[in-house]
Amino acid sequence: MLKPILILCAVLAACSGFGIGQATVRVEPANLPGPRPLPEQTGTAAIRDYLQSWQSFRSAFELNRSDLLDPAFVGTARDKLTETIQQQAALGIRTRYQDRAHDLQIVFYSPDGLSIELTDKVDYDVEVLDSDKVKTAQHVRERYIIVLTPAEVRWRVRVFQAVPD
Amino acid sequence: MRFRLKLLLGGLAAATIQLAFAESGSIGLPKTVQAGTAFSIQSRGSGKAILYIVGPGQVLERNVQLGETTPFPAGSLYNAGHYLVVLAIDLTTNTGSFDVVPADKPADLSFLAKPSRLPVGLHDGITGAVYVFDAYHNLITAPTPVSFELSTPSGTVQKRMVVTRYGAAWTEWDSTAQQGIDRFAARIGELSSTRIVGQVPGDPCGLTMSARQSGQQVHLTTEPVRDCSGNAVPDGTIVTFTETYSGAQSTVDVPLKRGIAEMQMPAHRGAMISVASGVVLGNQIRWEK
Repeated sequence: MLKPILILCAVLAACSGFGIGQATVRVEPANLPGPRPLPEQTGTAAIRDYLQSWQSFRSAFELNRSDLLDPAFVGTARDKLTETIQQQAALGIRTRYQDRAHDLQIVFYSPDGLSIELTDKVDYDVEVLDSDKVKTAQHVRERYIIVLTPAEVRWRVRVFQAVPD
Repeated sequence: MRFRLKLLLGGLAAATIQLAFAESGSIGLPKTVQAGTAFSIQSRGSGKAILYIVGPGQVLERNVQLGETTPFPAGSLYNAGHYLVVLAIDLTTNTGSFDVVPADKPADLSFLAKPSRLPVGLHDGITGAVYVFDAYHNLITAPTPVSFELSTPSGTVQKRMVVTRYGAAWTEWDSTAQQGIDRFAARIGELSSTRIVGQVPGDPCGLTMSARQSGQQVHLTTEPVRDCSGNAVPDGTIVTFTETYSGAQSTVDVPLKRGIAEMQMPAHRGAMISVASGVVLGNQIRWEK
């Protein structure tokens, strides 16, 4: 009797665990005060690249590998996240972030077209692991401010900062 | 049956003790901490524990004595963001969270002005965007007034105050009528960042040439070539002279030198000579000598 219950628990845990399912994404109409109209294709690309940056962020923090940040992050954001990963590694802990929902809005497109700023009310789960043992798991809903700048073939995250509502 | 009851009571007692431990290990947290400032975390109970502060911006670990206040000196936590707090007491943990917000005082302006060079008299031709950061390079999202200043070659200074929104502010200016160097600055209090914008003359506004006999040739000379604001068009700008005679046409491109273009063409009686630069067409001369 015990064995089937354990198996059921394992299956339920796996289904509700991290890495299963994709985050839901809601994009509000852009609220741009600047003089430069944002081409739809540019806005779409920026949001796509930002959402992909969560995958890099998640992998880098779970594996304590800052090199996984490189495709998606640049400048201050990359420096800060890299430093945090180094701190995690030094303490022997890892963190597992899983985004569940994004509520996005583009709020600034610079007149020169060289930066896009957006806000993201993001729901995510975070686990803190010490030697593969989960020390805590929490659900977080936080607003992030993101500044993206263009690189060779994609937008990269230059500022990635949670701000209290 | 009695054995089972004992086991149940024992389990309940253990659960109660564990709950008490958990309660005794609860933590008192600030709701927010300003980046780089000192703060403290309180815990209840007794014994030792390990305190983790974990966020995407930083991770800290401290050995703490339960029941005491754990101080974090200024500079301990400086990256803005959301942080989880984990108090690990043997096999149990207590958790909480708080936010680190950017410092109030701006310390760095990320200022991008475009373009670095443009023609005079261009409407909304100069743009500038600024992001405001604190000393730890956190984006200051609280509305902050930024003064944009454009100093023109004539010495006049135009100023405009813009309040940041989500840490960003922008402005745009017309380039002025006078060529030269503009200094474009973004300023918050004593903090400023300046960019140089070169204003160059625009396209020629008009072309006027004169002709005189020079042996078997006709010597053609333009008046000093200026843009519509009166600035001298730079040397090197190409001026094209065209001579049409008996159905044949000859064209010569001449760069401006010291503000004028001059050259010689064969003097044919009845020839039509015209001058142009870019899209600007100058006067025509019919050579009758």
